[in-house]
Amino acid sequence: MFFNRLFLAIFRARENHRPASRMDTGSQSIANEDGCIPRFFFYFSRAVFAWLSLSFCLVLSACNNANEATINIDYSQAAQPQEGGTLIDASVGEPSGLIAMTAGESAASAIASNIFNSLLKYDKKLDLTGELAQSWEVSPDKKTITFHLKPNLKWADGKALTSEDVLFTWQKVTDDNTRTPYGADYKLVIKAETPDANTFRVTYEAPYAPALDSWAGLHILPKHLLKDQDINTTAFKRNPVGSHYYKLESWKNNQHLTLTRNANATQGQARINKLITRIIPDKASQFLELSADNIDMMGLNPIQYSRVLPARKELSKNMGLYKELGNGYTYMGFNLKRKPFDDVRVRQAINYAINKQEIIDGVLLGLGEPIASPYKPGTRWSNPALKPYSYDPEKARQLLKEAGFSDSNADGILEKDGKPFSFEILTNQNKEREMSAVLIQRRLKEVGIEVNIRALEWASFLGRFIEPREFDAVILGWGLGLEPDQYGMWHSSQQAPKQFNFISYNNPKVDTLLEAGRLELNPDKRQMIYHQLAEILLEDSPIIYLYAGYGLTAVHKRVHGIDSPAPPAGIGHNTHEWYIPSQYARNEISEH
Amino acid sequence: MLKYLVKRIFWMIPMMIGISLISFFIMHLAPGDITTTEANFNPKASQESRQKLRELYNLDKPVIVQYGLWLKRIATLDFGTSFASHQRPVFWQTKDKEGNVTLGMIQEALPITLLINVLSLLLIILIALPLGVVAALKQNQLPDRTITLFVFIGFAIPGFWLALMLMYWTGVQHNWLPISGLNSIGYERMPWLAQQIDTLKHLALPIFISAITGLAGIALFVRNGMLDVLNQDYITTARSKGLSENRVIYGHALRNALLPLVTIFGLSIPGLIGGSVIAESIFAIPGMGKLFIDAVNMRDFPVIMGILTIGALLTLLGNLLADIMYAWADPRVRRGVAQ
Repeated sequence: MFFNRLFLAIFRARENHRPASRMDTGSQSIANEDGCIPRFFFYFSRAVFAWLSLSFCLVLSACNNANEATINIDYSQAAQPQEGGTLIDASVGEPSGLIAMTAGESAASAIASNIFNSLLKYDKKLDLTGELAQSWEVSPDKKTITFHLKPNLKWADGKALTSEDVLFTWQKVTDDNTRTPYGADYKLVIKAETPDANTFRVTYEAPYAPALDSWAGLHILPKHLLKDQDINTTAFKRNPVGSHYYKLESWKNNQHLTLTRNANATQGQARINKLITRIIPDKASQFLELSADNIDMMGLNPIQYSRVLPARKELSKNMGLYKELGNGYTYMGFNLKRKPFDDVRVRQAINYAINKQEIIDGVLLGLGEPIASPYKPGTRWSNPALKPYSYDPEKARQLLKEAGFSDSNADGILEKDGKPFSFEILTNQNKEREMSAVLIQRRLKEVGIEVNIRALEWASFLGRFIEPREFDAVILGWGLGLEPDQYGMWHSSQQAPKQFNFISYNNPKVDTLLEAGRLELNPDKRQMIYHQLAEILLEDSPIIYLYAGYGLTAVHKRVHGIDSPAPPAGIGHNTHEWYIPSQYARNEISEH
Repeated sequence: MLKYLVKRIFWMIPMMIGISLISFFIMHLAPGDITTTEANFNPKASQESRQKLRELYNLDKPVIVQYGLWLKRIATLDFGTSFASHQRPVFWQTKDKEGNVTLGMIQEALPITLLINVLSLLLIILIALPLGVVAALKQNQLPDRTITLFVFIGFAIPGFWLALMLMYWTGVQHNWLPISGLNSIGYERMPWLAQQIDTLKHLALPIFISAITGLAGIALFVRNGMLDVLNQDYITTARSKGLSENRVIYGHALRNALLPLVTIFGLSIPGLIGGSVIAESIFAIPGMGKLFIDAVNMRDFPVIMGILTIGALLTLLGNLLADIMYAWADPRVRRGVAQ
């Protein structure tokens, strides 16, 4: 799932900037047409295979661990915060470059977020606060935002960072020659100006509430190094100069990137001296590296988290495990242009017929939460009054009957106008989604709906089925961004072939709320708008929320200073305050 | 002979064009392009930006026009730049005006894959030859049965499973070999010899895994070839001449039994540049297999075409080389070609 991968790349998670809803296409497909016990799937998944192998290994070879000496260190003893040390983590993919606006993938923005600053950032409670900006004002007509930069900001090379750099970055991201898919938010700015070296002012044609969020997602680039360069091909992308805690020390292609502290950092000094990101595409291999103490942290999958690690005492003793709600949710969406999904009773019936807790327990081993709104539970945008549909097959049957379905030929499948109620669930090759589909298939069969499942490769899935709207229902995921505006997903005007309201949802009340939400800059009033939106969406059930999974991270206990329990922003919000007491640092040749 | 060679090489040109044309069209048959995989389904990526990207990459033009553009570039040996990885050159390094060198993607991946494959091929030959000969000489006896069983286990065992087991055993339980990657962190600061040892230690398991799965084929091929030859009249003749058993087996039988192997090795040349996706992912080795599968998933057309073109060229050259080697090794074939 995409949010598991996000958590891998944990430093300074900037959810809003990375491709918020891009989905993982990984994992092989398991063709499955019969509704066998879902756990069965697990035994074919590679992770479990690896786990079985490992436990097998353990049994066989009475576990004579070579690192006997290191095992008995108690890493958890309190120590004073101090500077120095190296933190090694792992990423499944290599960044294509470190200019996030042109790179786009999450591996790039995760590393680039340690190197570059934005004007604004989200704090640990997920409220917007200044990063490069000391303060900002919104004009009374809500169309102009003025940012005041902190004084004496510097780039890593010692040159001054001024509003000229901000203006330059805005020019680049909106430039037609820049190969970025993320320019749309910034193109709404009709005038950008720099009254003085510390002030940057943007004017929008109409009030645009998501604007502030967009300024928290734009890495400010140095004008003095890039002004004569082609941003698409410049060598700067692999040799960046930024202003944040770290700067790039070395990049060994496809192997590892080393970041070291930036003496001119605008946000003060981080404590850990070096961050090394190793590129290891296979999660099972990452886990072995973690076991051998070659990496300090990685994102775990539910099986590793709840089965493998606890079974390995000597490893789990040295690991801090962190569980936090991820940044996405999985849903089943209907093609609302097709019968019978245009009938709200049918959608509600299916919602009642699906047991979400069973999916969370079976697919995520309990490591997830049911949700009732398209916002991250616990944040201000999520409406706490809403409750997910309960599992109630009787109610489902009742609603289907009201919608005109009955089993007239007693074959166990409901019919209406002589046509059996049978549809196909499409999903991409993602094991969690495929397994969810199998559970849904079984539950729907119990109320008399026949379901077929098809899993497809990502690009074919989009190109052949989503874009031409050739589907009955899909299981997919959306990101839970920090910006509540979901105009693109729900507004009736966003139904063109490549737009995101591919389920063709059309509800005038929702349209009005979405439009109002974009114009409202007062957070409390906005909150009311989106709470109301979530309520209508739940009632109308154009999609069925299946679950929001946890991001699971293991960090070696030699790393101190991690907030526990994790704040809403996740454990990654204060990586600059993490530290490694010198007595626990691993012996390294790379230290000198 | 020379005329034959020239003719063969000349015929490779239309073949290459045909292969590239078919590859290009098949590639475009798959739905989606780089704008689908890179930016689609991200509400922040607008429709207009995606259309703009399509125009920049010429993806809005008809496929045949795109093929023409590609052919025009390839005629000057320009493999283009990758869509997905920031305009990196597909094949060979480029230098910008400030002297920054950007390495080509194939240039980086190919040597690693070649090294692993050549070493594992050598390992296979080194093990398979004696095993095959012994198995043939002791046909249907205990050594033969043991060897057959052993190579089949190696063949049947899932590579990724064995790899994970060995990584756990040699990397986690004992600190003998590194688990994944190509070099240790701090490799740059090591002396030359230590660097070579470090690389070899990292490559030991991948080479072993790839050899163990390829062993069965060659060993059984040698065994059956030997058995065929051992039953030939000229072996009986050699024996009746009173030649020592060693001369008979290594001087007469083995030489003839190895002839078909020449073909196999010729045909395995294109295989040498293709990496194993699974092994490369598990061992975190940046080779050709990983490069190709990533390119396919991202619909990174220039990279796909680059790898396919080089693969096709090597296949054709491999075939040619196999024929030449065969003619060189076997006088009967040589005479046939000359006529």
